[in-house]
Amino acid sequence: MSGFAAVRLPDARWHPAEVAFWVALAAAPFVFPGHLVLGSQVLITGLFALSLDLILGYAGIVSLGHAAMFGAGAYTAGLLARHGWGEPLSGLAAAAVAGAAIAWATSFIAVRGGDLTRLMVTLGIGLMLYEAANQAARVTGGVDGLSDMAVRDLLGVFPFDLAGRTAYVYSFAVLFAVFLVCRRIVRSPFGLSLRGIRDGARRMPALGSPVRRRLIAIYSVSGAIAGIAGALLAQTTQFVGLEVLGFARSADLLVMLVLGGAGWLYGGLIGAALFMVAQNQLSSMNPVYWQFWLGLLLVAMVFVARGGVVGAIGLARERILGRAAR
Amino acid sequence: MSAVLRTEGLSRSWGALQAVKEVSFALQAGARHALIGPNGAGKTTLVNLLTGTVPPQAGNVFLDGDRITHLPQHLRVKRGMTRTFQITTLFPGLTVLESVLLAICERKGLGASWWRPVARHAAEIDEARRVVRDLQLEAEADVPTRSLPYGKQRLLEIAVALASRPRVLLLDEPAAGIPVSESAEVFGVLASLPRDVTILFIEHDMNLVFRFAERITVLVEGSILVEGTPQEIAADARVREVYLGEGGHG
Repeated sequence: MSGFAAVRLPDARWHPAEVAFWVALAAAPFVFPGHLVLGSQVLITGLFALSLDLILGYAGIVSLGHAAMFGAGAYTAGLLARHGWGEPLSGLAAAAVAGAAIAWATSFIAVRGGDLTRLMVTLGIGLMLYEAANQAARVTGGVDGLSDMAVRDLLGVFPFDLAGRTAYVYSFAVLFAVFLVCRRIVRSPFGLSLRGIRDGARRMPALGSPVRRRLIAIYSVSGAIAGIAGALLAQTTQFVGLEVLGFARSADLLVMLVLGGAGWLYGGLIGAALFMVAQNQLSSMNPVYWQFWLGLLLVAMVFVARGGVVGAIGLARERILGRAAR
Repeated sequence: MSAVLRTEGLSRSWGALQAVKEVSFALQAGARHALIGPNGAGKTTLVNLLTGTVPPQAGNVFLDGDRITHLPQHLRVKRGMTRTFQITTLFPGLTVLESVLLAICERKGLGASWWRPVARHAAEIDEARRVVRDLQLEAEADVPTRSLPYGKQRLLEIAVALASRPRVLLLDEPAAGIPVSESAEVFGVLASLPRDVTILFIEHDMNLVFRFAERITVLVEGSILVEGTPQEIAADARVREVYLGEGGHG
């Protein structure tokens, strides 16, 4: 590396690999027309993982209760559609507000303290919301779930079909739009500030940075995105089950992000795809014990390829480039 | 000369240990002021109280005559006072340039700006490059902090503080843990700072203290033992007793 000529700061420019990634996602329905339902689930879960990456990968906030915001969004969109407001885009917006509101309200306790405190507090908030939704069965449908939703045609033109074509395109478009915003956020001074907090929370106040305010801001943004993901699930499946708020959803999400690699934005998307495709394949091979293989994969990942799939690719690339340079 | 930073009866204890006992102290504008004393004298605690890292249990802190005793640390920085840390407190995953840029963006109130990429903040990047160059970190600008040699990390520790453009700079053992040859480099950088930056520093190496300081405060068991010019301190019998009587400083 030779002085300032080589100074690299993350710009907004697109790497060819990124373009290829999005083209592949856009082309997927043509290559696997029979798997569109799974495809949209992967996109929605990827969006959810993206929201966790913002707080975990960039700001260093660990959470075992991110389903709280996802569920809030799902119920918001679901209840709106059930009670006569079936327009999907405004439903998404309402869900984003709900997710952000839950995140903002809980952020005052969720971003305090160390990692263990945060894990326990977010876990606790998630459990409370789950039981609240369970108790409010008259509104939420409780364990039976919320159905009888009338989601209207997308943009008044595209009905949600059984094959899941509209659902896939809709989920893809929303994921891409939100991703663009996240990409700007993490490359901005605000994003740099978050990385500073993640790496040196003790130093940040000495730079004049209001750490708490920054964390509350990103936690709320993350909550809004999780809410949008929840709403997408509700609208595309026309059903909201209690498990949208479940502990398993939060825990799986953390696993996916670690699997894909936190702090790269793409890690969550790749992790979600790997996790769900593996779940789909392994569980059809052995419906009871598929989690064994997932567990093995996770342990291997943490030991062999720290930083997840995306981290491993970066490492391999550095090695190859390093060899070429020598 | 007038006092930029002043304390009145400042106290802080940790359990039964009185780390800082009713310290009343003044730092004059433009000073090169050393804070010395044996290990456990309360030097770092005093700096923590001044910067707001830790709240005091009694007493007050004044900056430019304003009482800032309970002002949060980040707002004291906005008023022009910042610090470095004895134990390197940096950003392992950020490069040298990014670390300095971060401090500049925070100083300029850009820390919440979330749309325009950092890479397009040309004025801030230029300034960061100047700071990096001034501290002889040019060749390492792109190196992540975690891969930086320790001596360079100590320089970055100062670079990040200077990027905040402080009027009052508190340095907690800026040359801690680096060889004497490199500590001269650190103090060379500090010596080149303009006089409108007031400096208070903690240092164990008496050669550096006597070369750089124009005024010295000796802290023993949380209280000020004596304060004076380097000549007065060198001649003071009580100071000698503290340092020599206890088998020197460690």
